[in-house]
Amino acid sequence: MTNVIITGVGGQGVLLACRVLMEAAKLAGYDVKESEIHGMAQRGGSVECHIRFGNQVASPLVARDNADIIVAFELCEAVRKLEYLAAEGVLLVNNMKILPSTVESGAMEYPDNLDKWLAENISKAFLLDNREALADIGSKKCLNLLMLGAMAGFTSIPDNNWEEAIRNLVKPQYLEMNKKAFRLGRASFS
Amino acid sequence: MHKQIMLGNEAAARGAFEAGCQVAAAYPGTPSTEILEAVGRNHPQIKAQWSPNEKVALEVAFGAALGGVRSLAVMKHVGLNVAADPLFTFSYTGVNAGLVVITADDPGQWSSQNEQDNRHYARHAKVPMLEPSSPEETRCFIREAFQISEKFDCLVLVRITTRIAHSRALVNLEEELPTAPRSFVRNPPKNVMIPAHGRRRHVEVEKRLNDLRSFSDQSDLNVVESGGRQRGIITDSVAYQYVKEAAPDDSVLKIGMVWPLPEQKIRQFAAEVDELLVVEELDPFIENWVRAAGIPVTRGKDILPMCGELTPELVAEALGKKQDSHKPPVCPEKLPIRPPRLCKGCPHVPVFKALKNLDLNVIGDIGCYTLGALPPYNSMHTQTCMGASIGMHLGMEKADPESAGRSVAVIGDSTFVHSGITGLIDMVYNHGTGTVIILDNRTTAMTGHQEHPGTGVTLAGEPTRELNLAELCRAVGVDRVELFDPFAVDDLEKLIKTEVETREPSVLIARRPCILNKG
Repeated sequence: MTNVIITGVGGQGVLLACRVLMEAAKLAGYDVKESEIHGMAQRGGSVECHIRFGNQVASPLVARDNADIIVAFELCEAVRKLEYLAAEGVLLVNNMKILPSTVESGAMEYPDNLDKWLAENISKAFLLDNREALADIGSKKCLNLLMLGAMAGFTSIPDNNWEEAIRNLVKPQYLEMNKKAFRLGRASFS
Repeated sequence: MHKQIMLGNEAAARGAFEAGCQVAAAYPGTPSTEILEAVGRNHPQIKAQWSPNEKVALEVAFGAALGGVRSLAVMKHVGLNVAADPLFTFSYTGVNAGLVVITADDPGQWSSQNEQDNRHYARHAKVPMLEPSSPEETRCFIREAFQISEKFDCLVLVRITTRIAHSRALVNLEEELPTAPRSFVRNPPKNVMIPAHGRRRHVEVEKRLNDLRSFSDQSDLNVVESGGRQRGIITDSVAYQYVKEAAPDDSVLKIGMVWPLPEQKIRQFAAEVDELLVVEELDPFIENWVRAAGIPVTRGKDILPMCGELTPELVAEALGKKQDSHKPPVCPEKLPIRPPRLCKGCPHVPVFKALKNLDLNVIGDIGCYTLGALPPYNSMHTQTCMGASIGMHLGMEKADPESAGRSVAVIGDSTFVHSGITGLIDMVYNHGTGTVIILDNRTTAMTGHQEHPGTGVTLAGEPTRELNLAELCRAVGVDRVELFDPFAVDDLEKLIKTEVETREPSVLIARRPCILNKG
């Protein structure tokens, strides 16, 4: 059984990443279930998907302390989900801050050294600076597939299943840039 | 068999399609909304529609069933409160062709004003209720529900929750069921619920419940999964999945038909295990029934919370499963919260800025604009249920005649059509002098931009006669109706202040399309 949490902020493409992962897991022959909370996504809230795949999946939710992989598209959201990370779990973080409205208004502060703290305290934390790759791809909207590529190597899903899943779910006009994003992410961990 | 990954709500739509459903009606509400959207998108054979509110949606679906075709009504849990009036009497009349009503409950209140447990409605209205535990079961159970509905001449409730509605999983696709065409037959003793007829129908309802009890006992919807003798667990809905994770070796009685409950099956199950546990979300609905039947329950709500949704770890802990002692390091930094907010460019923003500056009491309603209650506006001071703002505003004026000069009711366009209009009629009728601001963003925004009568477009995307809100308000007797663009109006504060201080009813329609609206 593989337990994954993908988390981020509304508009970052968390749901598409989740659907591509599910499709790839299905194509690899696994049972797969997911649960998502997205109601406030379009209004600047957090978005979170739990995805579980294996021979037979009962619960659609990952239990605390049980996530094999957490993929966070935003720094603060990564720290929020740490209670779900398993002892040997992998944490992949897009090392970028998106300021919540509470910080923009001055009511709260965004801590300075979250990335440093993660690197020092989480044994398998990978903090990814994706700015160059996104500039190369030419679209910030491909962050989700870039991060998915980075996580692919930590799963048992073969590359051809990923490729087919992307073809099945990404709109044709955006397919090439998303395939490139996935490849770049994949290459960063091969 | 072909398998697809589907959202629970898409699986619900698929189940209705496979069952030969021909008419589907709903009012949007999280977590139910995607069901009718999926019907419209994936199954255009079904006549699907947004109704102004859940009561009308249920009445349309009921009329269609009485008219001879299988029909579906869909709503969130609190929507069934709105539709409760027809629900209780449709229980008496029966259906003709099958009628299924989906209630999507929201344990944990991810997007709702309460977390009421709608299993109580089945008992209260004396109708059967099915409870799937996954998207695939949702599809299967809705097929089954239509057949039960016709077999027992009775509407059937299907209850899902957020963790089923908004869960994706593999779903099998099956062929459509054959359906026999029916037509409306005049039968006043059955369909005209004057007291003399209703009394006789009540007798039939009780007989039907007895038949349904036997059915529940025999049906595979309620299934025993035999395991160890030491402990038996009765469970339903998504809680079943958490039980299977936490206690795979225990005996389980999985309840798929939660009303009426299968008494003989429960007695037999209880007799075969040493300890009997009930694991269910929210209220002790099953547990209390089992106890009342004189069957001892070892543990239930004494080890599980009444409030909030269940989680795999809560159930594992209650069932005594050894959990990883690993504790990840806790970040010492205080993380800023990320609450939702009104979007940049949202047409509601200038209105809330004005309300804040005017420091009025804002009697609020349900929609995106409820975010006006949060910082930086802090400009909404009550919010309860759909359409409540205008009636409450009138009540506050009755309590203190001066309050109308310090208050304003704020309601969205879709919510106003849903159930605000009757409040406005009351305000005019009973000499209220309040001011109502209709935040008309030309859509049902909160639930993801559904059409409504005021947009002039149907669920299928076809143009239709647009409800004219300004003329509607004038027609109910409001003389002071002002329609304006909140981004273009000269002095919004002055406009609101003038209307609030004028001692007669007034409606300000702040019209500008939602910034997120498609097209």
